[in-house]
Amino acid sequence: MVFYGSRKLQNFDAALIAYLFGTVFALFGIIYRYCVWLQRPPTWMYFKRGWQLLFSKSFLEYAGLSVQKLVRNIAFQRFIYPRGKTRWWGHFLLATGCLMAFSVTIPLTLGWIHFTMNPATSINPADTNYYEAHLFGFKVMEFKLGSWIAFFIFHILNWCSWLVIIGCLLFMRRRLTHAGQIATQTFEGDWLPLILLIGISVTGLGLTYDYEFLKGMTYEFMAVTHAVTVILFLIWIPFGKFFHIIQRPAQIGAHLYKKEGEKRGMAICPHTHKPFTTQMHVDDLKTVTKELGFDFTLEDGSSHLDLSPEGKRSALAKAHLKAREASGKFFG
Amino acid sequence: MTTSYYKTDMEFFVDMQRCIGCKACEAACAECETNGQQSMIHVNYVERAVTIQTTVQVCMHCEDPVCANVCPADAISKDEFGVVHTANTARCIGCSNCVMACPFGVPIKEEKYDMMMKCNMCYDRTSAGKKPMCATVCPSQALYYGTREEMRRMRPNSVPVNTFQFGKLEVKTKVNIMMPAGSTMLKID
Repeated sequence: MVFYGSRKLQNFDAALIAYLFGTVFALFGIIYRYCVWLQRPPTWMYFKRGWQLLFSKSFLEYAGLSVQKLVRNIAFQRFIYPRGKTRWWGHFLLATGCLMAFSVTIPLTLGWIHFTMNPATSINPADTNYYEAHLFGFKVMEFKLGSWIAFFIFHILNWCSWLVIIGCLLFMRRRLTHAGQIATQTFEGDWLPLILLIGISVTGLGLTYDYEFLKGMTYEFMAVTHAVTVILFLIWIPFGKFFHIIQRPAQIGAHLYKKEGEKRGMAICPHTHKPFTTQMHVDDLKTVTKELGFDFTLEDGSSHLDLSPEGKRSALAKAHLKAREASGKFFG
Repeated sequence: MTTSYYKTDMEFFVDMQRCIGCKACEAACAECETNGQQSMIHVNYVERAVTIQTTVQVCMHCEDPVCANVCPADAISKDEFGVVHTANTARCIGCSNCVMACPFGVPIKEEKYDMMMKCNMCYDRTSAGKKPMCATVCPSQALYYGTREEMRRMRPNSVPVNTFQFGKLEVKTKVNIMMPAGSTMLKID
């Protein structure tokens, strides 16, 4: 993909070779972790059902629903908003900064995007110079050097860095002040990812700061520290908190599963006599729990999983009352 | 990075026959910071039409938690003290597998968050050596958090049991249920 995407390496930027190795390692790590993850019975059940449903006779409906959930849940992470407005802003800024940066840096590293000066406008120094952007070797756009659009494009990673820094600071504030977070957080699981993202963003901004204001005097330091933080981030994606970026689309599958289950029919709790989830969900859970070594089959052949959560709590209370009654004392 | 003062000699004891349905525990549970100040405890009438019996249910913190096993996103974990924590917010995909598979009917799916939530034994308090909120306010001591010795003195005719039989499945838990003396398990069928 690198070879052909960069037109037999002619558009490949060798200065980014370290990033390329980091990206390739991350890709292998992600695929490996994903395969291990899929081997778990509940994960495989949802993965299998998700794709089966998407490519079923309801393809158009489910493809539409998937796009809707993709925009709402992945691009805008709207499910976080009810958990807290500041929390959503923090995550939205951080995620948007990261996703935008991925969409720029990965194609650049793989040699899929490159920029050239328009030769016709660069011969005469008095002319307005135009710059061209190429994707897979094909020209996709042209813009004037010194224009607003040029300023925006050349500094796109700086804008991403600011979004990430603001998002991380909002999260750090939360982790320093929220008692529940303080009690349950860990350094490697919660703080290190934020520190790493800030490290990447600050050193990235440092590159621009260096050549704009320091005449390139600290460029090597900035370039090396930036490369180190980015590569650490890349190789850590499969193993740490960042793996949730890869996992999150599974949420769309869960929505398709629920929608299809509702069409097929709801399970009615024998205790409350009310619908509580889809029958498909109950049936699949019976299979998954047995595969995992949990057999909820009762003596009469029914399953404890046929009960709703309220039904299960009541079954426990009734069994407890029965045991107390049998002993002759309700208390003791 | 968090220093824990979790007291390993303290245990949770539940006796649902003592529950009077006052719901003080529900109000107290909503003070728990690790729940995002939402009540996670369950108090419900068992069979409202025929009895005034109520039941109270906290997370039993199973030794081999079914909720964690059926989670497709590896969002539920158990720590070194045996506390089964609520879903990791970054990972939970809101599938409700844990809600429907928990044999005690504990986890809650919060539709507006698209996420599962459950009792984590007031980890903000227990990790600081304090008692869970619900156990501090229960007026009938249907919920009690203390040492085994204290419980033995208070309830000489009962024993703490942490083994449950659901059909073919035996489940062991960190939280105890108070049963008549001589009992070793509670069978649910």
